[in-house]
Amino acid sequence: MNLTALISQNTASRARYGLVLFALAIVLAPWLVGHAGGNAWVRTLDFALLYIMLALGLNIVVGYAGLLDLGFIAFYAVGAYLAALLSSPHLLSQFPALAAALPGGMHTPLWVILPLAGLLAAGFGIVLGAPTLRLRGDYLAIVTLGFGEIIRIFMRNLDRPINITNGPKGISSVDPVQLFGFSLARTHEIFGLRVTSVYFYYYLFALLVVLILFACIRLEHSRIGRAWVAIREDEDAAQAMGLDTRRLKLLAFAIGAAFGGISGALFASFQGFVSPESFSLNESIAVLAMVVLGGMGHIPGVILGCVLLAALPEVLRASMGSLQQTLFGQVLIDPEIIRQLFYGLALILAMLYRPAGLWPARRGGAQ
Amino acid sequence: MSTPLLHIQQVNKHFGGVAALTDVSLSIEPGQIYGLIGPNGAGKTTFFNVMTGLYSADSGSFVLDGQAYKPTSVHKVAQVGIARTFQNIRLFNAMSVLENVMVGRHIRTRNGLWAALSRHRRAREEEAQTRQIALELLEYVGIAAFADYRADSLSYGHQRRLEIARALATEPRLLALDEPAAGMNATEKLQLRGLLEKIRNDGRTLLLIEHDVKLVMGVCDRISVLDYGQVIAQGTPEEVRRHPAVIQAYLGASAHV
Amino acid sequence: MDTLIQQLLNGLMLGSLYALVALGYTMVYGILRIINFAHGDLLMMGALVGLSIIRTLQSAFPALPDVAVLLLATLGAMAFCAALAVVIERVAYRRLRNAPRMAPLISGIGVSLLLQTVAMLVWSRNPQMFVQLLPLDPIEVTAGDATHAGAITNITSLTTIGVALAVMLGLLLLVDHTRLGRAMRAVAENPQVASLMGINPNRIIVITFAIGGALAALAGIMMASNYGSAHFYMGFLPGIKAFTAAVLGGIGNLKGAMLGGILLGLIEALGTGYLGELTGGVFGSNYQDVFAFLVLIAVLVFRPSGILGERLATRA
Repeated sequence: MNLTALISQNTASRARYGLVLFALAIVLAPWLVGHAGGNAWVRTLDFALLYIMLALGLNIVVGYAGLLDLGFIAFYAVGAYLAALLSSPHLLSQFPALAAALPGGMHTPLWVILPLAGLLAAGFGIVLGAPTLRLRGDYLAIVTLGFGEIIRIFMRNLDRPINITNGPKGISSVDPVQLFGFSLARTHEIFGLRVTSVYFYYYLFALLVVLILFACIRLEHSRIGRAWVAIREDEDAAQAMGLDTRRLKLLAFAIGAAFGGISGALFASFQGFVSPESFSLNESIAVLAMVVLGGMGHIPGVILGCVLLAALPEVLRASMGSLQQTLFGQVLIDPEIIRQLFYGLALILAMLYRPAGLWPARRGGAQ
Repeated sequence: MSTPLLHIQQVNKHFGGVAALTDVSLSIEPGQIYGLIGPNGAGKTTFFNVMTGLYSADSGSFVLDGQAYKPTSVHKVAQVGIARTFQNIRLFNAMSVLENVMVGRHIRTRNGLWAALSRHRRAREEEAQTRQIALELLEYVGIAAFADYRADSLSYGHQRRLEIARALATEPRLLALDEPAAGMNATEKLQLRGLLEKIRNDGRTLLLIEHDVKLVMGVCDRISVLDYGQVIAQGTPEEVRRHPAVIQAYLGASAHV
Repeated sequence: MDTLIQQLLNGLMLGSLYALVALGYTMVYGILRIINFAHGDLLMMGALVGLSIIRTLQSAFPALPDVAVLLLATLGAMAFCAALAVVIERVAYRRLRNAPRMAPLISGIGVSLLLQTVAMLVWSRNPQMFVQLLPLDPIEVTAGDATHAGAITNITSLTTIGVALAVMLGLLLLVDHTRLGRAMRAVAENPQVASLMGINPNRIIVITFAIGGALAALAGIMMASNYGSAHFYMGFLPGIKAFTAAVLGGIGNLKGAMLGGILLGLIEALGTGYLGELTGGVFGSNYQDVFAFLVLIAVLVFRPSGILGERLATRA
């Protein structure tokens, strides 16, 4: 008994140290990164945070509940398009009646958009998840892939007969985030320091990441989290223990989708425009790769996977570009291509040699 | 004459043209260990699966503790009060031993989404209670020392105990065990028998499918024998052992499998 | 009426392509119970490799008749893709035979990415013009009138259908009437028992992958011949649709894959054609791909065993 108390004390203080370090890292990260690579790298960091939100959402579906969703990016798209429609002139330009009713323009504030995006995406999650409940792993994957593609096709073609999504051109002039009149899209002077918009967005995203993280951690160590893992490990045994696996799976889909939708809404405001090509299968696969490679179901691993895979293209762009320049006098191979090469190899090698991910969970002690 | 805990009548089940079960009836009194035996292919597992909702019966009535139930879905049957184990031990491998049993508590607890996120006081109490009960069950079956180990790192015998503890966590009215002694050596079987008797002596009712005739004869209070999908004998171990149809069906010269 | 015949012709041609690719999916699934996610990209590789062979032959032997060039290119591409499929099995799938089902699928995704990347490197990201070596002159099938054009087809299209049918018949003969075919069916039923009978399951698996690869390559070249272009992403949609066709017909069932392929092609062509007519062009061919996905979802939800299949798609 004494030994156990000692060990648990150690883990408790270790956890506290870890938390402090983590908080420090979050607050200081953009400055360190910005110092090393300027605004461009901080912008990459912002995208990495968006990916983390996405990956945490997918982690609930794939990592906890074990449902291989290859169309996850559809929820990102739903959130993004909703945000775009609610905070850009597009709808007003299509429906004069609406324009007359809203003389000040369509400028829904973020704190209204985010929960709406989450709810709408959750709804889609349930609708798309419902037909898949009886399907086995690989069939589930292909059907969800199909759903993702259907959504993308609709986004690309819903400009006739009524122009809702503006088709392949996408929706632009999406409002940037404004908090109490403070626009995140502009450079502001704070304590004599010129802070650019990418830094402001960083802290907004970081706040949301922390909230989503909090929710995920609480879910993981709860009755529901256990139920999800039980379903993932052995759905038949879970049912035999009385678990209503249908409702639990739908819940996983809904919550994962909600996180996806929220990050999509943020993405729209950050980038200022949305187009169907940002939401392709490759994106779904990229997020899946982050979850799978990082460590399925294990949050620190998932974050690691995100940071690595989001940073990778930038690192490659910088290093491979200049490397090839020095070696060959020109850039022979597009770094984008090299990135995809890495992704492909990484997925294969991970499955062959480290199927639990780079930083897997270690549930249960000895042995 | 107490009302039976489980009263199943006239179950019929066809698979295509094959009659897997014909007019099978079963009655289990509370506090009994009831055995279901029969040669390979006799229909024991089919009956078990029908009873627990994995297969749908063509016809039959199912009454548990005086209330009729329709075995149409596995999880509803578990909620009604029949908990089962599996012949090839199906644990939640990536979870710890303790967590496995905690999952068993799922249908007797209520913490939902809000409880998970907010961890309000009642939620924390329920979670602590879940943990407590799970630990006690592990103690009851004798594997509390392994509470934090990964479930699949346990020895076979201990895994079986874990599966039983998990089933007990659902507070079942009937504990249904599908070949619990499968793959065990003589010592493990003896220990299993001790555990089953302990569970029965503490007031639970058990149903057992088994191949190991010696175990069944030793531990069961009543036995039904199936052959070719039909009940050919029913009674105490003594009665069944002497029944000519049973002897003809498969007891024969070798009393041990 | 002319629309009907035209769409039937289009559908048959599309369906032949889907059927060829679906066969590969269904054979691999029948034996290994995995979905080869990279199968569609074998179609793409077949088309592009074929294109390179055509270009080489045409510049090295300009006197060679077109049909001969096409034939040689097709055979070459089929051989290449057969070999490629075998390598993929060996590298990405063999070690994962007993892994949880997600693993081969994710590995397959990785292979798919790799193949597309290699294609991007070798043939660039731009669509390549595919030399169309069979005549494309329209052949009138129905006369049409003042308001409607008649239904037309061409030799390329007809050859596609003909070759596909011939190949499918050949495969059926192989599987039903030869020793190899019996071995393949045995391994699909039960690999352990088959090996007790002296059949080497690995050898059969390799042959199955090889045949699937060759068929995909054939489909790739014919697709490129019909549409006049080939590019690194051309395998994705046909791959998914062919998988849908395999499921529609009953996965694991060869005749089912053929039936499913033709049927899906017809559904797609008729659906798009009539949808366009009904909505005055508002919802038309741009929603073509949605049909296949809707069919997939409908089949898996309502009749997971497919039309001819006995194996269920529910959780194992």
